[in-house]
Amino acid sequence: MSNDVSNQMNTSRRTFLAKAGTTAGAAVVAPGVFLTTPAAARPADEPVDIERRWGILIDTAKCDDCSDCVTACETENGWGSANPVEEESSPEQQAQWIRKVGLKNKSTGHVLSLPLMCQHCETAPCVDVCPTGASFKRADGIVLVDKHICIGCRYCMMACPYKARSFIHETLTDQKPWAPRGKGTVESCTMCVHRVDEGKTPACVEACTAENHNAMFFGDLNDETSVISQELEKHGGEQIRADLQLNTGVRYRGI
Amino acid sequence: MKLALHYREIEGKSTGFWILLGGLGLLIGLAMGSVLHMEHAGHHVTGMNNQIVWGLPHVFAIFLIVAASGALNVASIGTVFGRSLYKPLARLSGLLAIALLLGGLLVLVLDLGHPDRLIIAMTYYNFKSIFAWNIILYNGFLVLTIVYIWFMMERKMNRYYRTAGFFAFIWRLILTTGTGSIFGFLVAREAYDAALLAPMFVIMSFSFGLAAFILVLMAAYNWTQRPLGDLILFRLKNLLGVFVASVLYFVVVYHLTNLYATEHHAVERFILLEGGIFTGLFWIVQIGLGSLLPLAMLYHPTIGKSRPAIATAAALVIIGGFAQLYVLLIGGQAYPLEMFPGYEVSSSFFDGVVSSYSPSIWEIALGVGGVAIALLIVIIAIRVLRFLPETLEDEVVDPHAAAKVG
Amino acid sequence: MRHTTVMRAVLRSLLAMLLALPLAAFGDGALPFSELSMSEPQRHFSATQECVQPEEEMRRNHMEYILHQRDATVHRGIRTRTYALEECINCHATRDDETGEFVRADDPRHFCAACHTYASVKIDCFQCHADVPVRDPSLNTGNNSVPNDETHGLAAELQQMLAAEGKP
Repeated sequence: MSNDVSNQMNTSRRTFLAKAGTTAGAAVVAPGVFLTTPAAARPADEPVDIERRWGILIDTAKCDDCSDCVTACETENGWGSANPVEEESSPEQQAQWIRKVGLKNKSTGHVLSLPLMCQHCETAPCVDVCPTGASFKRADGIVLVDKHICIGCRYCMMACPYKARSFIHETLTDQKPWAPRGKGTVESCTMCVHRVDEGKTPACVEACTAENHNAMFFGDLNDETSVISQELEKHGGEQIRADLQLNTGVRYRGI
Repeated sequence: MKLALHYREIEGKSTGFWILLGGLGLLIGLAMGSVLHMEHAGHHVTGMNNQIVWGLPHVFAIFLIVAASGALNVASIGTVFGRSLYKPLARLSGLLAIALLLGGLLVLVLDLGHPDRLIIAMTYYNFKSIFAWNIILYNGFLVLTIVYIWFMMERKMNRYYRTAGFFAFIWRLILTTGTGSIFGFLVAREAYDAALLAPMFVIMSFSFGLAAFILVLMAAYNWTQRPLGDLILFRLKNLLGVFVASVLYFVVVYHLTNLYATEHHAVERFILLEGGIFTGLFWIVQIGLGSLLPLAMLYHPTIGKSRPAIATAAALVIIGGFAQLYVLLIGGQAYPLEMFPGYEVSSSFFDGVVSSYSPSIWEIALGVGGVAIALLIVIIAIRVLRFLPETLEDEVVDPHAAAKVG
Repeated sequence: MRHTTVMRAVLRSLLAMLLALPLAAFGDGALPFSELSMSEPQRHFSATQECVQPEEEMRRNHMEYILHQRDATVHRGIRTRTYALEECINCHATRDDETGEFVRADDPRHFCAACHTYASVKIDCFQCHADVPVRDPSLNTGNNSVPNDETHGLAAELQQMLAAEGKP
């Protein structure tokens, strides 16, 4: 008799424990699911607005000799060693959207490296100087070149404090449809705007995360609950050439 | 008998005239061929790259544009400041201004990555861009100067020429300020980002424009056997000396100010000491040959009165001007961006290293073609219309002064 | 007076003969350009999907749709697929009969080049844009649009068709 009762209690305890455990597990996992899911994609027929401001945070402490971000960008956007189409141009003429920069402090000897791409400044000098307005900032903060009206004057390249822009010096073929690029126009990192518009992350950030380096974060700088905002609040993030007060969308930790 | 001031077309029949036209035409043809090649193949055939973004074509174009604005100075001194000695030269001055500007603009436009999209540059304007403003200023200058010359040449409109001249004068000061600001507004590069660049370009325009004017004037009168009196020539050469000295003053102030600030020491060290070709061009060509030697020649009591010396001095000023723009434009780009002060920088995109530039034959041909176009316009215009006074001897230019002396 | 009238008449008839000379080359009286024929562009529509606008409308005004869409996409981030250039290319792509490869933009058999070569209107779209369909499996082009976008299945349909044909 008592066995039956205790069996019943054991069963119900097991069930209770199972249910409680599941609920507790779900409660633990659920916030993680919400936090790591990027912002839901905006519908295709809706224009961008100023509610969001996309940004990237790079933790230089976790950044070593690897260049996965560079390779990912090359593959995604169709330039560089992954897509040998600029064969006539010299190395100084070939386009680079992102590059790894190696730094050594002259007085302390401290060595570090970081990826450098278009910083997507809020008050971008390239946007200011473009005579036709081809270099422009989208409402959500991404700085782009409208290659339809770019006349190839290269004034934006003179103006960029980060040397982020490249000019195409020869005829190109086999471009990726989501990243058109061609002779006689200027280009730079687009923060993978074609991916961002679908709710994904830029290729560089995705590659860095996929390889478990976790040195790059992407997200909405205007959203306090986004990962990037929380990281910035906890550990801070510096701009390169902060004295220019351009309020860049790309921030670095550890410079 | 008093000689009157009379404008007449040049004869334009001699063999030399046709050889000159043919030579200029050949240079222009070579330039157009270069443009076709650069446009078809892409800029990889040039020496310009992602580090040295603007090259020799831009040095030529900026020189021609700056000289264009300064060439109008001679007319302005006569019209706006009432110096009657300069008035006979006003038509040629306006013509040279238009010709040099057209030559410079052509070089600039033909170097674009997409020259076929020029109509977009004329219709889509970003008014925060000084480049966009310059497009408006250049076109306005052409229109104003054409109107100015028209008023000077036509009897009916003659009484309004002073108004036109005044507006042309103000407009060109704004234009040259705009040209200097193309560089002055750039915060990115160490050699630029200086408010001083705009007025420095204005003074440079005075110097280069007058030097070009003197050379064209002497050549035009020498080769058509028309008399050119000492009175006017010496006045012009003394003025050139003043302008050369003024440019030197601005250059000194620019470098002294930079040398005072520690953050600019590195770029000054580069330009003044360790920049290789840029240092050589700065000291030997810009300062030595382009400023100090012409000053000495122009103000020397005997040498300054010899015509070959005056022409040589003017040519040296022009060569020095090219060197100055080369050091500013190309040297300013060759020096790397200071993104990480206190760090040694290296990357696959040539960060942290001094870039080198070797102009290709296509760029040289394009730049020279721009100069040739400017000269061709002048020659055809003085052949077809009455730009040149028949004589500029002293008695005609200023009868009172000539009477005093003679 | 008489001389000038006669002269004028002579000159006029000479001019008429000069202008008629090219026509004389075509003995049957046909106009010179009727010999030329425009190659028919491929219309690679699916069973359920025609072109996004009627043929006559597209012939006259396709550039308006392209120009409007490019501004909407680049500046405002609107990525509807109806008038997207990529979808035009996906649908109108031509294959070479022998090799089975897609025909490139410099070939007169390419859909855009077919008419533009005849009309002698130079387009610079393919200086930057891909001129043949390129499929990236990870990108959900076309799957992201709102339900009332009728043509969001275009890319998907093409993918299915190409998969059925066994092409990569």
